Amino acid sequence: MRIFDPHIHMTSRTTDDYVRMAAAGVRAVVEPAFWIGQPRTNPGSFADYFDALVGWEPYRASQFGVRHHATIALNPKEANDPRCTAVLDLVPRYLLKENVVAVGEIGYDAITPAEDAAFTAQLAMAVDAGLPVLVHTPHREKDRGLRRSLDVVAESGIDEGLVVIDHLNEVTVRAVRDTGCWAGFSIYPQTKMSPDRMVALLREYGTERVLVNSAADWGTSDPLLTRRTAEAMLAAGFSAEDVDTVFWRNPVTFYGQSGKLDLTVEPAPAATFAGSSIARGGS
Amino acid sequence: MTPDEWLPAAQAGIRQDPTAAARLLAEAPRRLGRASAAARVTLLTALAELPDGPAHVAGVYWTGDSGERLAVLAALPSVPQAVAVPLLEDALRSNDARLVAAALGPAATALDQGTWRQGVLKCVFLGIPLAGVHDLDRRADPELIAMLGGLAAERDAAGRALPADAAALLTETRQ
Repeated sequence: MRIFDPHIHMTSRTTDDYVRMAAAGVRAVVEPAFWIGQPRTNPGSFADYFDALVGWEPYRASQFGVRHHATIALNPKEANDPRCTAVLDLVPRYLLKENVVAVGEIGYDAITPAEDAAFTAQLAMAVDAGLPVLVHTPHREKDRGLRRSLDVVAESGIDEGLVVIDHLNEVTVRAVRDTGCWAGFSIYPQTKMSPDRMVALLREYGTERVLVNSAADWGTSDPLLTRRTAEAMLAAGFSAEDVDTVFWRNPVTFYGQSGKLDLTVEPAPAATFAGSSIARGGS
Repeated sequence: MTPDEWLPAAQAGIRQDPTAAARLLAEAPRRLGRASAAARVTLLTALAELPDGPAHVAGVYWTGDSGERLAVLAALPSVPQAVAVPLLEDALRSNDARLVAAALGPAATALDQGTWRQGVLKCVFLGIPLAGVHDLDRRADPELIAMLGGLAAERDAAGRALPADAAALLTETRQ
């Protein structure tokens, strides 16, 4: 089984996770830029974070045979801090980078005017760069945030096929299905979706234009829930072909629209010894 | 524009406006695929020859992803040492074996001996082949050998060996 996790924050995960993910069939990931628990207070913090997403993290992933791509954006929560507004000036140059396959995560957190401004500006950047967009839907007031997100997406003029609306559930999926946008689902141990609920939604809505991710980060989450959901699909009577559609072909199709998705497996760097994890350099 | 046309057009674009280099270097992989690594070095070498070119080369490094930084490190012999040294030192501080190895290529002649020795030792630590270290035979000095000897003793105590190339260097120079 080959798995492409289209949304996972590997920066917050350990090398043990990479080992377990690779063993479970995860061959490719996309890491969206997001908040990191502790609010950042200046653009420099974001520049270093974005640099890690186009530098260190893909290298780290490659040690375990996992292809790593990123999405770049000022996230909605931190868009509310005026000290971080200048991050918007940094975003376009990162969108040119080789492994950046989308703009994201953008969207709403508390649905404020500052979030409106950042969302609209970054949708325009995506149109300019010819890149897909990853839209986060809020934890609170999800339905209102979703409807407003769909309106803003429509107003931007971006091709809906370039947009994934993420973190959907039974309540919010219908509104996205009525558009041309892709539907994203995050499978979490307790909150968001569970593997069995995801399987029920795949039964109801089919496997087209669907992305299923672990969204694993620094909170309670599990990078193997993609694999668990794939197994739940098989147990429920879906074919191996269906599983491959959801967990490989769909993310390849969606992010492939960037023209920058490269799934060539590079030979392990000469510096890595068989069986070792990340080498730790002198201090 | 075909890939064959892109590189000459990009060179002309950089000659006309050096600030265009950042965008052109970033988009090279999308235009050229696997050939982009060598093309980037070509563009950076041409950029370095322009007035203020070395500063633009340094700018590409500081705003670059890993691929762009590797290309800058390969092009550094074309820029003055004062510009090259901070970039080499930054690459040596990284934990990316590709950047560390690239910093010890031909441009490493700009590094002072102490920094260079630490770089070589870091290669041994990270398992980077010493064959890629520029001018190793001439530049290896008793202090480097003493440092390698110390690492060998630590590895020995832990029941681990030095990489074969480092062990060979230690043996040859101690004879």
